[in-house]
Amino acid sequence: MEFGPHLMLASLEGAVIAAILSLTAMGLSIVFGVMRVVNVAHGEFFMLGAVLAWYVTSALGGHPALGFVAALLIVPVLVAAIAATADRLILKRINYDADRTIVGTIGILYIIQQTTLMTFGPDARPVEAPFNTRLSLPWFEFGENGFAMFWPWGLSTTSYKLFVIAAAVVILLGLWMVITRTKIGLVMRATQQDSEMAQAFGVPVGTVYSLVFGLGAGLAALGAVLVVPIQQAHYLMGHDPLLLSFIVVIIGGLGSLPGTIVAAILIGMSDGIISVFFSPTIAKIIATLLVAMVLVFRPQGLLGKTAP
Amino acid sequence: MSDGNFKSSKLSRRSTLLGLGASAGALATAGVLPGTARFAQAQSSAPIKIGFQKHATGIGAAYGRWYGATTDAAVKRINDNGGINGRPVEIVVEDDGTDPKRGAEVLEKFATQHECDIAFGTLFSHVVIGSAPRAGELKLPYFVVSEGHHVASGMLNRYTLQPGITDVKSQVQSMAPFVAGNLGKKVTMIYPDFAFGHDHRDFFSAAIEAQGGEVVAKIAIPPTETSFTRYFPNIPRETEVIYHVMVGPAVLTFVKELGEFFGPSRPEIFGFIDSLEAVNINSPGLEFLEGTYFWEGMPRHAQADQTSHDKAYRAAVGVDDRGASLSDGKDVSTFAHMFGCWETLNIIKAGMEASDYQGPADRAKLIEAVEAMTDLPESDDHPQGPKQFNGKTHQVFGQQYISKVTDGKLVRAHTASIEDGMYEDEVDYTAQSF
Repeated sequence: MEFGPHLMLASLEGAVIAAILSLTAMGLSIVFGVMRVVNVAHGEFFMLGAVLAWYVTSALGGHPALGFVAALLIVPVLVAAIAATADRLILKRINYDADRTIVGTIGILYIIQQTTLMTFGPDARPVEAPFNTRLSLPWFEFGENGFAMFWPWGLSTTSYKLFVIAAAVVILLGLWMVITRTKIGLVMRATQQDSEMAQAFGVPVGTVYSLVFGLGAGLAALGAVLVVPIQQAHYLMGHDPLLLSFIVVIIGGLGSLPGTIVAAILIGMSDGIISVFFSPTIAKIIATLLVAMVLVFRPQGLLGKTAP
Repeated sequence: MSDGNFKSSKLSRRSTLLGLGASAGALATAGVLPGTARFAQAQSSAPIKIGFQKHATGIGAAYGRWYGATTDAAVKRINDNGGINGRPVEIVVEDDGTDPKRGAEVLEKFATQHECDIAFGTLFSHVVIGSAPRAGELKLPYFVVSEGHHVASGMLNRYTLQPGITDVKSQVQSMAPFVAGNLGKKVTMIYPDFAFGHDHRDFFSAAIEAQGGEVVAKIAIPPTETSFTRYFPNIPRETEVIYHVMVGPAVLTFVKELGEFFGPSRPEIFGFIDSLEAVNINSPGLEFLEGTYFWEGMPRHAQADQTSHDKAYRAAVGVDDRGASLSDGKDVSTFAHMFGCWETLNIIKAGMEASDYQGPADRAKLIEAVEAMTDLPESDDHPQGPKQFNGKTHQVFGQQYISKVTDGKLVRAHTASIEDGMYEDEVDYTAQSF
């Protein structure tokens, strides 16, 4: 494939990865920012989103769009409720102690993963996209006949992939509005800045924590519902999103939401482009190397603030 | 860390010694009092225990489930017909997680904890390669159903046999003339990046060159991959034929994205059905497969000239004419591979009967009896077709099928003969001592 179309295809693939990654990493980042909890089970909430999307769509039947819309509405709420319950039952009991929450969320990881294996089974199951038209993309070049347009072999995307990118942008804009413009967002930010002081001012910190933990998991689930028609639901699918989310959050700066977005786009696009031109393994190696570099030279992350 | 390792190795050495002592004692008893021992054994109605190393979880799970269903059906049939040497057969299932390390541990459990007579049933080549050396150490006959060339290549040992399914080298060698003659000579290969895929890469490249063709690109994909579009731009424009073989949980995504990549202007496509095992060929997004070709170990869709053996086999395992579960038409089987379990168990039965197998002391006799087998005619025991077993290389040879997707059905277009897949022996396991 020629360089130009090749790069365009790589960028399109990268944009889809970046879109999903920004949603998933945002969930991890919010949870860490507000609660100071490193949620190792985050990838499993992602997986749970995909698996529940399969249950919802196959239970409803009918036109794929019907099931998909239902999954989009029901599944994130359901996963958020599961996560909030886990917060109440486990994380609250160990007082959100930094070390013990890591062990606690590892436990949650295995409980969710093995429960899924026992119920959903080890097979990968597809969810049909609500719409999926192949769109051939043109390319331009200046040849002997001047400016010409042609249709390279393989340069294409699908309408659904474009929808995923658009949906992620809309969801992130909505999230930004909630955090900056609503009372819930205000309370969240207050808890993030100083939870003791917030409590002194009458903020129900415990409820906010449950809410935030649910929100983080819900965002991961939302990303999964969007991606499941492209991939398939499988009980081990949580590993990669967890790893990439951690990479994104560390590069962007722990708890920094704008940093998370920037890093998600950086990692997603580079993963897409490097994967297409070289190999996905090299893409992962470079991303991990980048994390090491950030930790050495800018430990607070790209947009993170140093502790006062 | 090192302390723990030391302890565990000491423990296993002790248990191994204990086991050795016990079996030596048993042998001595048998030697001193041959009459009593034979009498005791003749009376034995204890079941023959077959350890089934099952890919119940991990990337091989879809195969594991259907290997399990086929194994259950084959064992039921054997037991309904009086068992082996008058004894019932019992399957002991252990999940290996499609993981080589766990595979070796599972064999250890079969030999020492469950006291199985033999082990059986592994598919994924990396698990076979990881487990077989342990089988040799444990002196546990290990009947694999794996397709990999590692048995016949001489990489493994005298205790590892593959009598129920043909190997990749034989398969691709018999496919190459069809590909070069009917589809095209410039081939791009897409294969999973582990031993099984490397067998495809190496042997098909050689086989197509022998036919005057060439492999213009080799695209290796990790078997755990979930997204594939990014690999496809490496397909060169001059490609006339795509040769694809993929495994793992995401095979449906793989084939779908292959279709999306090419759109309406695809080259010829020749795939190994592995890329679509356990997947309904009429799934949305797979319409582009119409008119493409697949290798099949055994035709998934019942053909017009279906044999009575095929019919009986489908009924016993519980799959319909489209290779899907009788109870759920959406649950498609791994039909092109799982016959290997059925046929291997029948070989084990024949081998145990020929060697008058009584217990673990007769394991070497069992292996010699299987090594002595040659022609295996098509029958209810061997519904896939006639086969020829090579006792020296521990590998069976059989017919291969090429099907063309026609109106959403896999219709057999070519049958490669047993001779098409023959190659020179690379090892003589019978020269190795037990």
